[in-house]
Amino acid sequence: MSMKATLRQVDSIIVIDMSGRITLGEGCTQLRELVREQLGKGKKELLLNLADITYIDSSGIGELVSAFTTVSNQGGQLKLLNLTKKVHDLLQITKLYTVFDVHDDEAKAIGTFGKAAGA
Amino acid sequence: MTAEASVIEVELESDLKNVEVAEEITRRVSGTVGFSEDDQHKIDMAVHESVINAIWHGNKNDPGKHVWLRFQMFSDRLEIRIRDQGNGYDPSKLPDPLAEENLLNVSGRGIFLLRTFMDEFRVEGIAGGGTEVILVKRINSNNSAQSRRNEP
Repeated sequence: MSMKATLRQVDSIIVIDMSGRITLGEGCTQLRELVREQLGKGKKELLLNLADITYIDSSGIGELVSAFTTVSNQGGQLKLLNLTKKVHDLLQITKLYTVFDVHDDEAKAIGTFGKAAGA
Repeated sequence: MTAEASVIEVELESDLKNVEVAEEITRRVSGTVGFSEDDQHKIDMAVHESVINAIWHGNKNDPGKHVWLRFQMFSDRLEIRIRDQGNGYDPSKLPDPLAEENLLNVSGRGIFLLRTFMDEFRVEGIAGGGTEVILVKRINSNNSAQSRRNEP
C-alpha cells in the first residue's frame, strides 16, 4: 500500500493528512512533490498529520528531514502532528525528535505557527 | 521446536516491488517463531532496509540480478541472511547518523537502524562474488508468545 494524502487549509496553515507508507519509492516521491507543490503556491506553513502512517523506513525519515529543511530554508515552518508509537520511536532513536516540532493536538499545533521554534 | 533449525529460502528478482514480498515473508516467519509484535516490526524493518540495500546499492537496481533470503529458525534465535550480487561495503566506515553534523542528512540511517533493531549484524563477502548480510534476533525470555509456545 502506498501513501495517500489529503490537504485542507486551517487559517493560513496547510494540514496534510497522510496515511499508508512513507518508504523508498512512491511514498517518498509523493511527499517530496506535495511539499514542492505547496511551496510553489507560496504556502510555507505545513502541518503533516502522521496519525495513519503505518510504516516509515530510513528513506521516509530522510524525506521528512528533507521536507523540513526545504521549508525552513524558504522561511517557512513544517511541523509534525499525531505520531504513531512506531514513528515516535524512530524519531527518538535517530535523535530527530528534538529537531522536529512535534504536536499531538491539532488546534494547539496550528496556534504555534508564526512563532519562533520552541517558543 | 527441536534443536535442529528450520530453514526457509527465498530468491527474489532485483525489483523494489519485491521489498514488500520480503517483508510479508519476514512477518510470517517472525510470527511463527513467536516474537512479540514490537520485535516482529523491528525484524521486519531490518529486513526491509537490508533488501533495499541489496537491490539498490548491491545489485545497482539491475533486474537481471537476484537477492536471496535465508531464514533459519533456532530454538533461541532467528538468523536471517540476505545475499546480493554486489561488491559489499564496510559498515564501520559509514558516517554516524547521530553525529551533530549528520543529523539533518537525508540518507545514511538504514544500517544504523539494523544495528539498533537486531542483536547481531554482520556483512560478509561471498567467495566468487556477492555480499551477505547476517541478521540475528534472539528470542527474549520475556516474550510471552514464545513462553506460551514452550509450555508443556
